[in-house]
Amino acid sequence: MALVLRDIHKTFGETHANDGVNLTLEGGTIHGLLGENGAGKSTLMKILSGYQGADSGEMSLDGSRLRLSSPRDAIAAGIGMLHQDPLVFLPFTVLDNFLLGSPGRHDRATGLAGLAEARERFGFHLDPDAPARALTVGERQQLEIARLLHLQAKVLILDEPTTGISADQRTTLFAALRALAAGGMTVIFVSHKLEEVADICSEVAVMRRGRVVGATSMPCPADELVEMMFGKVFAAPEPVSVELGATELCLDGMTVSDRGIATRDLSLAVRAGEVIGLAGLEGSGQRTFLRACAGLLRPDCGRLEVGGQDLAGHPYRDFRAAGVYFMPAGRLEEGLLSGFSITEHVQLALGGGGFVVDWASARAEAERRIRDFSIKGDPSTTADALSGGNQQRLLLALMPDNVRLLLMEHPTRGLDIESADWVWTQLMARRKQGTAIVFSSADLDELLRYSDRIIVFFAGQVLEVLDTRATSGEALGRLIGGMREVAA
Amino acid sequence: MNGLAKRASSAVLPLALAFAVVVGLLLLAGANPFKALGDIWSGSMGNTSQVGDTLMAWVPITLATAGFVVTYAAGLWNIGIEGQIAMGGIVATWVGRTMPGPRPVLITLMFLGGAVGGVVWALLAGLLKTKGGVNEIFGGLGLDFVASGLAVYLIIGPWKRAGIASTSGTKLLPASATLPVLGHTRFSLIAAAVAVAGVTSVWLLLRGTRFGLRLKAVGRNPRSAFLMGISPDRYMLGAFSVCGVLAGVAGAVQVSGVWHKLVPSISGGYGFLAILVALLAAFKAARIAPIALFFAIASVGSTQLTLKLNLNSALGGVLQAVVVLFVILGGGWQARRASRHHSVPPPTAASPPGPQPVEVVPPEPVAVER
Repeated sequence: MALVLRDIHKTFGETHANDGVNLTLEGGTIHGLLGENGAGKSTLMKILSGYQGADSGEMSLDGSRLRLSSPRDAIAAGIGMLHQDPLVFLPFTVLDNFLLGSPGRHDRATGLAGLAEARERFGFHLDPDAPARALTVGERQQLEIARLLHLQAKVLILDEPTTGISADQRTTLFAALRALAAGGMTVIFVSHKLEEVADICSEVAVMRRGRVVGATSMPCPADELVEMMFGKVFAAPEPVSVELGATELCLDGMTVSDRGIATRDLSLAVRAGEVIGLAGLEGSGQRTFLRACAGLLRPDCGRLEVGGQDLAGHPYRDFRAAGVYFMPAGRLEEGLLSGFSITEHVQLALGGGGFVVDWASARAEAERRIRDFSIKGDPSTTADALSGGNQQRLLLALMPDNVRLLLMEHPTRGLDIESADWVWTQLMARRKQGTAIVFSSADLDELLRYSDRIIVFFAGQVLEVLDTRATSGEALGRLIGGMREVAA
Repeated sequence: MNGLAKRASSAVLPLALAFAVVVGLLLLAGANPFKALGDIWSGSMGNTSQVGDTLMAWVPITLATAGFVVTYAAGLWNIGIEGQIAMGGIVATWVGRTMPGPRPVLITLMFLGGAVGGVVWALLAGLLKTKGGVNEIFGGLGLDFVASGLAVYLIIGPWKRAGIASTSGTKLLPASATLPVLGHTRFSLIAAAVAVAGVTSVWLLLRGTRFGLRLKAVGRNPRSAFLMGISPDRYMLGAFSVCGVLAGVAGAVQVSGVWHKLVPSISGGYGFLAILVALLAAFKAARIAPIALFFAIASVGSTQLTLKLNLNSALGGVLQAVVVLFVILGGGWQARRASRHHSVPPPTAASPPGPQPVEVVPPEPVAVER
């Protein structure tokens, strides 16, 4: 029994999320699918589970071609997906959830028998009459797995299944997955956690930039997996001759929480002209850190000083007034206004008083900035019509002159090399003027090339603060995967 | 097909379909459709008196639509506009009943009072949204009921006519509290001037002012606007206030220019009608006036259907609604056709609310991490 994916393509606008994916997955095995956020794993799994269609390509299971136009088709073909947030109807009971979506009559006896089987085989203790709302994430997951098995799934896809579950539940889950694989099932374990993949998977495929860049049998040295995930790192730090100035950002014992995860005891001083890179897998705490420094998340405790002024607990506008400028990763979601023209953006950024807008001068200013920042567009081009690189140029063009502290999430994500270089030329010019820059990135090259220091986050905490000059790409990759002892 | 022809056909086809449905309905009702439509026309535009009535319906519809467009620009579905008109009418009636003064002063005070009533009611919906986390659709709908309940209470309670408590309305206001009319019609130049001024101000506000630009930014994407340093709450409340003024003044026109008293349905359903007008106008201020006129004609003229053809005058409402539904549907079809030619982002991608008539989805509540 084998699941074969051949030449799968999927594009969203300009992004080639899946760019000719080829993958063969044998039954009776737990397959790991590794890759950084944005590598194309989720897109591929959504295609495989019938949630969205591929632009082109073929899939087959046991030699018969799969034609999936909905998750219903997928489960009928024996492919079940466990989503990161289990798809459970919270007001319903466990039993109702279990029976939901199964064909034929929904009778209590069948449901009870199915839940009893799940208890015997895997140790999933689920009270049939409990409301799903009362279950933990781990229990919801167990319920969903039991349901998919009841629906005769032969292929089970798990998307980041260990997020938000307890250690005991993880042990139960892993034991269940091993038992299922031993029974001939194909298990696909999607993750970016190296340790877990090493623990449970016997085969691993790695995706990067929409392609499968490597496949290997486990065990395999972590270094090799890291290299496949991030690519070969060549970067040497840019020679810099910047005189560092006074401390612009000073954190002292700051703890900040987001989405239930506390990032604890952050202490750091960033000086004018300094560049700090934030490394780590997506969701390891970099976002929380940046948003706390931007004034978007209120610290639970500790000090947060910008230019000597303690701003912990102050509203976002005070941070802006103090010279903090934040550029989010979601350029159109949080940074720009889709449907608004470049002129309108420039006018908003100019601020200033007065009631009536002087559109002629706003347009002239927009033209000037389009020229200065080489934006491919004219003053009336709307932000959503710009390419990713030009959106980033526009965001930079909107930045005020007097920025003390520039905070950026993924400054060059999705940009071509030329645009990325251009962005960094601009940032380096800002740095020479004394702006302190803190940025997060998943690109090891970028982190090593431009940062003075790199803060590595893992599982919500700061794992290590590195001096870039004394760090190699390999060491950084291992740390990002959470392997501190190897690096030491 | 070139762009212009495409656009023309996209406007004509839905209207033709709507027309066909209306004709079909009239045939089902056993009426001669062309005679019925002719009666609607002659009933609203047949003589000067009818033209006057139609224009006096046009005034509040135009004012309310202009207000609705402002809140929509800020990303809000201000369903509470019906109640804002009613509150404007209630406060204007109170002023007309209690304040002394010569006509120009009293009329001015009534308009101001109406504006205050509308603003208070609009700000209540706005505060429920920004401070209480209540979606403006539900908050507004609730406040609509409260306002119309208050009008009925006043009419059969504190403001009842001596000796009788009837839902037909309060006693007539003194002549100094009624708008001067033109000839033997009910048409008031002042009311028309107020409507023109209202819709023009909205056009200018959204087109050429800093406030309007920021308001639209909030409507497009409250998160981006917030990160740019614009307070979404403040601008949403600002939009509610502007709408409240216009809706409240519409209520004052209803009292001082049309009914000369408070009646239970003082808003005349014009708040809800305004939503249809705004949809048909694609939320563009410059298109409000003519489309509002079409709706005024259909509203006033359809009362003739009862008199002449023994048909239910509700057919006028059906006509209006069918036209709107088909125009929105036409927009929806176009959007779908367009999206089939391009690769669309996955449904999870955030799509900001925009002033397309097809997006009849309530804007997302502003989620600002604090």
